[in-house]
Amino acid sequence: MQADSRFSAFDFRYVALNINRAFLVLLIVLTGVFFLSTLLGRYPMPGLLSFTQLTQDELAQRLLFNLRLPRLLTALLLGMTLAAAGIVFQLLFSNPLVEPGFLGVSQGAAFGAAFAIVFLGSGAFVTQISATLFALAGLGISYLLAHRLRYGGWILRLVLAGIAVSALFSAGLGLLKYLADPLTQLPEITFWLLGGLASMTWRKLLSILPAVILGLTVIYLLRWRLNILALAEQTAFSLGVPAGRERLLLIFAAVLPTAALISVSGMVGWVGLIIPHIARRLFRTDARFSLPAAMLLGGIFTMLCDDLARTLLAGEIPLGILTSLFGALVFLALMTFQQSKPQP
Amino acid sequence: MNTAILSFRNVSFGYQPSQPVLQDVNFDLRPGRIAAILGPNGAGKTTLLFLALGWLTAWTGEVTLNGRPLKALSPRERGRMMALVPQSEYTPFDYTVLEYVLMGRAPHLLPLGMPSVGDTDIALNALEQVGIRHLAGRAVPRISGGERQLMLLARALTQLAASPDPTTRLLLLDEPTAHLDLRNKARIIEIMRRLRDTGATLLMTNHEPDVVLAVADDVLLLEPALPPQFGALEQVFTAEALSRVYQLPIRLVQVDGHKQVLWT
Repeated sequence: MQADSRFSAFDFRYVALNINRAFLVLLIVLTGVFFLSTLLGRYPMPGLLSFTQLTQDELAQRLLFNLRLPRLLTALLLGMTLAAAGIVFQLLFSNPLVEPGFLGVSQGAAFGAAFAIVFLGSGAFVTQISATLFALAGLGISYLLAHRLRYGGWILRLVLAGIAVSALFSAGLGLLKYLADPLTQLPEITFWLLGGLASMTWRKLLSILPAVILGLTVIYLLRWRLNILALAEQTAFSLGVPAGRERLLLIFAAVLPTAALISVSGMVGWVGLIIPHIARRLFRTDARFSLPAAMLLGGIFTMLCDDLARTLLAGEIPLGILTSLFGALVFLALMTFQQSKPQP
Repeated sequence: MNTAILSFRNVSFGYQPSQPVLQDVNFDLRPGRIAAILGPNGAGKTTLLFLALGWLTAWTGEVTLNGRPLKALSPRERGRMMALVPQSEYTPFDYTVLEYVLMGRAPHLLPLGMPSVGDTDIALNALEQVGIRHLAGRAVPRISGGERQLMLLARALTQLAASPDPTTRLLLLDEPTAHLDLRNKARIIEIMRRLRDTGATLLMTNHEPDVVLAVADDVLLLEPALPPQFGALEQVFTAEALSRVYQLPIRLVQVDGHKQVLWT
């Protein structure tokens, strides 16, 4: 391969320039999608709002500001967070097949939401709090359980504990569904599990914002270290990295915003699994580049899916269905039309 | 004062209580030497290497690096003085060789730091030293086993580069020549000698007597149920000792002025 021939530090600076250009393109696409999405909708008819409507129609203005904007921002953050958390988890567990919810987090959130719907009345805020708490509890229990297991290394123990805790919560979820009132509660649980942002408000967005910003900032700042934490434990140790502490910090930094977002969006699958793959393929494996790329791609992808979710039909299509559908399609396309990635 | 780079004092260790793997290990490794840990499978070679690394903690006794107890060193300090070349390392992700080697800079960077162009130069220089600079842009899963071993060596060199005094650098190598063909074996041996000549110290596990004979200055002989022996190659690496360790009639013969091990 041509690109394999002599490299120098200078060439790598040149590569960095190219990568910067690619990031610039992504950023422009993201901004474009964001602004078009604010104009896109079904009011007053399916399509984009025109400039006159925007300046003169008061209802359109209110709609844009009070409904579309918080929802769009949440979609953006949801995509960024799931993709970033996916990168973190896949690297920490040296496994390209894990996704951010697998340590009992997704199932914990689902159980928490269903628990609130069945037993605590169906206030949206109560459901949100309960989902967050149970998601974090899922992580906590998995972590404590992993310490108690007497089998295998740290990663294997945590994976096993996560699987066991997820299974417990999904059994509990099954029980709750069985107990739920089939006319009122069961549909609500089902829609929550399919995921969607239809009920987003500024208040909800503000309630999750601190956790999201905190988590994403920590991940972003530590992104080069992620590469080292992906290595064998002895190797990370020999490189002078306190791997145990940093892993714990990063897992928490990834799960906190994930739990917060799942609590308002419900189950939105495949973003955290697939966007990291695409980011690594289009950019580079080094998390210095793949992490910000995944965040931008995840944001674009989720905003587009949510646009379809709210405009395609008169009724809302659950977001989780669309992310799974398009995520899987994009993934298959990417994997079958194999070309060498644009060599840095 | 102790001039040894690495010292073991009465070190004992085992994985299960009351089943010691190593007992009363004592030795001083002097700077600028290549030492080999030799012994049959299961004798505790890699265990001893990991005790030196600090990855395992001795039951009793003390390990010191450059005169300071290993436990008293901060991880970053330790990482700048001592590097590990593991026997094999698996990654499911296709990092480029350069990205991989660049991770060796970790102990020189703060947790939030990113490698700079200077760090990249150090990594490229290390790749040059082991002769695989042309692979810098290749994905790690797409290089051969021998090249991977050279890459791990380059990462260790990247890790130890630019320390103020080269004689305080210690390289731990776990079976550096395992699964390699003769050409790659010779290459690794040549690089190890070159490193020693720059003042670095190397401690490796090895179960190939011919490699030990070719490159080692000192030998630590681990025998089940006997106290470990440490000393210069000529004193420890004898036909009797080898025959005893491997329970085979082994002879050392001179061929063209080089000692060779005969075991069949």
